[in-house]
Amino acid sequence: MKNLEELRKLREKAQKEIQLRSKDARIKVVVGMGTSGIAAGAREVLKTFINEINQKNLTDVIVTQTGEKGMSSMEPIVEIHEEKKPVIVYGDMNPSKVKKVVEEHIVNGKAVDDYLISMEEK
Amino acid sequence: MAHRMNVLVCSGASCISNNSLKVKEALLAEIERLDLKREIKVIETGCMGPCQLGPVLLVYPDETLYKKVQVADVREIVEQHFLKGRPVERLMYKSPLTDELVHKSRDVDYFKKQYKIVLANCGSIDPESLDEYIAVGGYEALGKALTEMNPDSVLDEIKISGLRGRGGGGFPTHLKWMFTKNEKSKEKYVICNADEGDPGAFMDRSVIEGDPHTLIEGMAIAGYVVGASKGYIYVRAEYPLAIERLEKAIAQAKETGFLGENIFQTDFSFDLEVRVGAGAFVCGEETALIHSIEGKRGTPRPRPPYPSASGVWGKPTVLNNVETYANVRHIILNGGAWMAKIGTETSKGTKVFALSGTIKNTGLAEVPMGTTIRELIYDIGGGAPEGHEIKAVQLGGPSGGCVTPEYFDTPIDYESLTALGAMMGSGGVIAMDETACMVNTAKFFLDFTCFESCGKCVPCRVGLKQMYGILDKITKGEGEEEDIEALETLGKTIKATALCGLGQTAPNPVLSTIKFFRHEYEEHIFEKKCRALVCKDLISYEINKDACKACTLCAQKCPVDAIKGERGVVHEIQQEKCISCGNCYDVCPFGAVMRLSGEN
Repeated sequence: MKNLEELRKLREKAQKEIQLRSKDARIKVVVGMGTSGIAAGAREVLKTFINEINQKNLTDVIVTQTGEKGMSSMEPIVEIHEEKKPVIVYGDMNPSKVKKVVEEHIVNGKAVDDYLISMEEK
Repeated sequence: MAHRMNVLVCSGASCISNNSLKVKEALLAEIERLDLKREIKVIETGCMGPCQLGPVLLVYPDETLYKKVQVADVREIVEQHFLKGRPVERLMYKSPLTDELVHKSRDVDYFKKQYKIVLANCGSIDPESLDEYIAVGGYEALGKALTEMNPDSVLDEIKISGLRGRGGGGFPTHLKWMFTKNEKSKEKYVICNADEGDPGAFMDRSVIEGDPHTLIEGMAIAGYVVGASKGYIYVRAEYPLAIERLEKAIAQAKETGFLGENIFQTDFSFDLEVRVGAGAFVCGEETALIHSIEGKRGTPRPRPPYPSASGVWGKPTVLNNVETYANVRHIILNGGAWMAKIGTETSKGTKVFALSGTIKNTGLAEVPMGTTIRELIYDIGGGAPEGHEIKAVQLGGPSGGCVTPEYFDTPIDYESLTALGAMMGSGGVIAMDETACMVNTAKFFLDFTCFESCGKCVPCRVGLKQMYGILDKITKGEGEEEDIEALETLGKTIKATALCGLGQTAPNPVLSTIKFFRHEYEEHIFEKKCRALVCKDLISYEINKDACKACTLCAQKCPVDAIKGERGVVHEIQQEKCISCGNCYDVCPFGAVMRLSGEN
């Protein structure tokens, strides 16, 4: 360890591993992982979200999962929760759609109308 | 790929003894089976605090707190929650007040009133991972002190912070450091007192088990200030896990260059060594501890000279407690003024308390100085279990004293507790309800200090034994009128004349119980009555003839055949044969056996 600068670089790298434990995220991505969601490919959708968010180094986004929402025909379903904004619900998701959602919605802040099922006021 | 979920498994000694490591193994196996290994990371952490809920799991990012998790529960948690996103409600924490599920750990009552500085990393990082420590800003305080400050400016920050010794005495830390710094010697030492011996205190163990690097960093900064290049951590042998994690952390720090030669490429070199104590309570006294490190018999010596002038190997030595050192990095990173804003006029920062006894939530709690005793034992501790009422809390272990409910609104700081006849001590808080006999409690603590007395000075060796003898007599129903006065005289004399802190504080539990519960002493002596029904020799057993169903169970369990009667014939206890063992009371299915004291 030579100096503080080197330590801080190391810290930045290490922080990624524990960022889940920091209290507040800007955006929460919730993937429906009920039985029908999983059957329709929710696991791949979830993994793609994690990969994309990592690659883009989006440290203020967390990905989590929830159970059945009851709209089996629209699975895999994904909700995007953001502070003080309505919850955006996307349906019939797949890995390529995920990439678009990350790019346009999470990074640029514009919901992807084509995949939208509903907007739910909190 | 980074993980989408972190599962923190508490592996403080308490949770480990409740099988948390087996739970962790089961989690890993189940995660492997469902192919979630790259998505979910399982981390062992130090003590999270709410020990009575253990084994505890904390799941991020959801912040779900699972309690009392056993191996058999693991499959359900992984399948339902980790895979499908449905938290397992039956294992989640419920608020004891509203009986509602608490979905986020930060909303658990036990954590809400706490303010974590010393324990901030305990239960949130992996204590065996240097990377995780660095991720939360680890060793930046050392780097800042070494490269951007000088020993004087570091000392200034400690002074401004108002930090005082957390081992119990409350001596200003900056003064200790300054005295050692001002000594002219090429060889100086830094020692950490981790010989935590008070019954009911386990905060030092938890800090070392949960965040060992914090201690190392604090000690290195102390070394830099006073001009020492070598330190010892004196840990009792009963803390094997703490020792193991500390050794590991020291090795990591040496490998990365946070310990060793020319740290951060400066002239400062510092090395640490763990010394394992054999478990003598007196070795928590600083001069005895130093003797023990030197390989000598662990007995205290008169002071002065203080260790700051002549400590280990006769060299100037700064000696602080674990919790004191654990505050240091936060002061350097945030500035002394930051800590000075927390707490009371005379006591700054936070204090970690270990809650035990008849209280709902036992465990570790860190609160700002100035928090009232009531907030600590009711808001955080949850008060006594249903149907019971707390009649006193013992603060400061065998060196402290008890405090009664009318003083529960006292804000906790060093001075206020001393004024009440208790003391901060290491922070042990033992709650007692009506089932505790105060005379017997005092006897318990004195039994402990008698046993742990090193024998070097007469007041402690002989005087405590005398006090114990009188207490023993009182609890056996042989107390005499002059006993209370004799206890007070002996106690005051021992306090004034004993050589070290052990003897000087050992009479406190007796004196404070006499002060607040004199009536219990008097009942024992004059009425031969123990209202808590604890002192065996003052209790008699009788059978309520109306409730007895003549089942013979009590007669079968009586070891001395003191119970007359047979099937269909109501039983009777022959008092002259009865040894008051209580077996009949415990086994009677009809509650027909009565426990009495002082009735005749």
